[in-house]
Amino acid sequence: MSLKDKLVSSYLAFEDYIDADSHIHEIRNKAIKTFENSGFPSKKDEAWKYTSLNAIIKEDYCIFPKKENTVEFKEVKKYFLHEIDTYKIVFIDGVYNSFLSETTHDKVDVCLMSSALSKPKYKAVVENYFNKAAKEDSLTSLNTAFAKEGAYIFIPKHREVEKPIEIINFATGNEAALLLQPRNLIVAEENAHVQIIERHQSLTENAVFTNSVTEIFAEKNSSIDYYKVQNDNQSASLIDNTFISQKDGSNVSVHTFSFGGKLIRNNLNFYQKGERVNSTLKGITIIEDKQHVDHSTLVNHIEPNCESHQDYKGIFAGNSTGVFNGRIIVEKEAQKTDAFQQNNNILIDDKATINSKPQLEIFADDVKCSHGCTIGQLDEEAMFYLQTRGVRKKEAQALLMFAFASNVLESVKIHELKARITKLIAKKIGVNLGFNL
Amino acid sequence: MLQIKNLHAGVEENDILKGINLEVKAGEVHAIMGPNGSGKSTLASVIAGKEEFDVTQGNIFFESEDIAELAPEERAHKGIFLSFQYPVEIPGVSVTNFIKTAINENRKAKGLEDMPANEMLKMIREKAEMFEMDRKFLSRSLNEGFSGGEKKRNEIFQLAMLDPKLAILDETDSGLDIDALRVVANGVNKLKSEKNAIVVITHYQRLLDHIVPDFVHVLMDGKIVKTGTKELAYELEERGYDWIKEEAKAV
Repeated sequence: MSLKDKLVSSYLAFEDYIDADSHIHEIRNKAIKTFENSGFPSKKDEAWKYTSLNAIIKEDYCIFPKKENTVEFKEVKKYFLHEIDTYKIVFIDGVYNSFLSETTHDKVDVCLMSSALSKPKYKAVVENYFNKAAKEDSLTSLNTAFAKEGAYIFIPKHREVEKPIEIINFATGNEAALLLQPRNLIVAEENAHVQIIERHQSLTENAVFTNSVTEIFAEKNSSIDYYKVQNDNQSASLIDNTFISQKDGSNVSVHTFSFGGKLIRNNLNFYQKGERVNSTLKGITIIEDKQHVDHSTLVNHIEPNCESHQDYKGIFAGNSTGVFNGRIIVEKEAQKTDAFQQNNNILIDDKATINSKPQLEIFADDVKCSHGCTIGQLDEEAMFYLQTRGVRKKEAQALLMFAFASNVLESVKIHELKARITKLIAKKIGVNLGFNL
Repeated sequence: MLQIKNLHAGVEENDILKGINLEVKAGEVHAIMGPNGSGKSTLASVIAGKEEFDVTQGNIFFESEDIAELAPEERAHKGIFLSFQYPVEIPGVSVTNFIKTAINENRKAKGLEDMPANEMLKMIREKAEMFEMDRKFLSRSLNEGFSGGEKKRNEIFQLAMLDPKLAILDETDSGLDIDALRVVANGVNKLKSEKNAIVVITHYQRLLDHIVPDFVHVLMDGKIVKTGTKELAYELEERGYDWIKEEAKAV
């Protein structure tokens, strides 16, 4: 049985143990039909021309893990930003783990999607926001159909969450192959502030396929900084569907650090539904072997006087492949839009590939849009410069790669995370940079 | 220290250097002058080992060893330093971190341990003072957003830190105002000793007022066409290069 058939037939079993009378269930029913009609995307779809899921979907995934699994904190400590105090929402094989988590209901809600979907006190928020930003494409619909667990973060008006929130999804490998579909909902009300770090981590070499959906709503003058740390095992694949809806004067930034994993597809969508909105999309990709990372971004400028800044850097070694598909739509009413997009890539080895495609669709006439894309090798003059100072070729390469990627880190506001990512980059480049990072 | 014999080098089939002969001994200062496009910077790059250039004939000996096949960093480890006319910008790597990396890479090549941190700091502080560089400067990204003068000062700072046997200064005076020129030249003079040698490549005589050469060579069309003492530099400043061209033709 194909994965698609297995999923569609599992939906009936899934219905048996959820509240099938809730209004959410109508959304689920509709979503499974959408998925059933369209199936997994293939290379025939324009948006999936350079990313094939064939190798991923041929595995026989367990869709509902049978038992609750646990892990010891000391085994996984290194995956947390343990140097500082954080809120933590931790899932193990898709199931919430209260032992590793630190949630709160004190003025803000940092808790579970399952509670939000079932408890009356969250009903109003869920009705207002759930599935309101998500697109109806097949993979998002698949997630919606099975949506039951994930992070639920609600920051009321004028509140600032005093410490970052970590959302971590562990896979224990107790199943030979596991499909995970976390569903996150994040709402920052007027003038609220929050910082979030998301991570998916497989603890063994068993196959994991995560199809995640995150909806983010930034109300008037709110600000959200979201960091995605993608440094999973090379047996784990991730499709990250993130939808961000922004209102007047809001500020949202998403940083995506893609170093690990077998296949990663980031569908990052921004909808600017107010004036003076600021959206920032940044990414560093450093991959090797047969790894594949695809960034498909969309910034939809709907209202006037808004800005968007995109800056993606990629370093590709071995047989790795990268895709950058950056779509910017400036609608007719979106006058005075300032949209900037940059994608720079370095190919280290002859067999590494990058497909970079900027797509600008501009329907307004008084806008500033610029984009640039480069694909190259390391600068020879810079290499020579470093070598004349006695720095060996390999170290010089590392230094230049580090320099190439590092400006994306400047906008990371959590100091400890920035230090962590810097170290990850140094490690990924595989050379001791010879100085204290 | 440095012996260059009948050196021909260039890019692909086109020779830029067409038979250079030059000998530099320890304790000497040599100036290489010449019009634009005569091959001055190419000569500097070839000595430092830039791979873009092919040596088609001749030899470069450094301390009696033929170095033509060595990588740039191996030449650096032996004690050759090239100060760049256009130093490269390296964002995200501070001046301090870079010089630490360079020092320790050189030590590693000699089989030495990393320099202890306190010793390194002391040395950085000393040399930075010598070139009137403040602490803020040291924590900035290497050459990024530096003015022309700051870049050159930073080059000479690295020279002082690495303490090479042979320093080649490629157009170190370009982009410097007179005060910066004095700081750089004084620094270079302080570093000068009986054990090391300096090759100054320049367009103009003004740097040579401060760093006084023992020999002045005139490079034209890939060849050294005239060698003299510091008086030759004054003569070039006054009369230009045409008379040498005529003289060379006559020979």
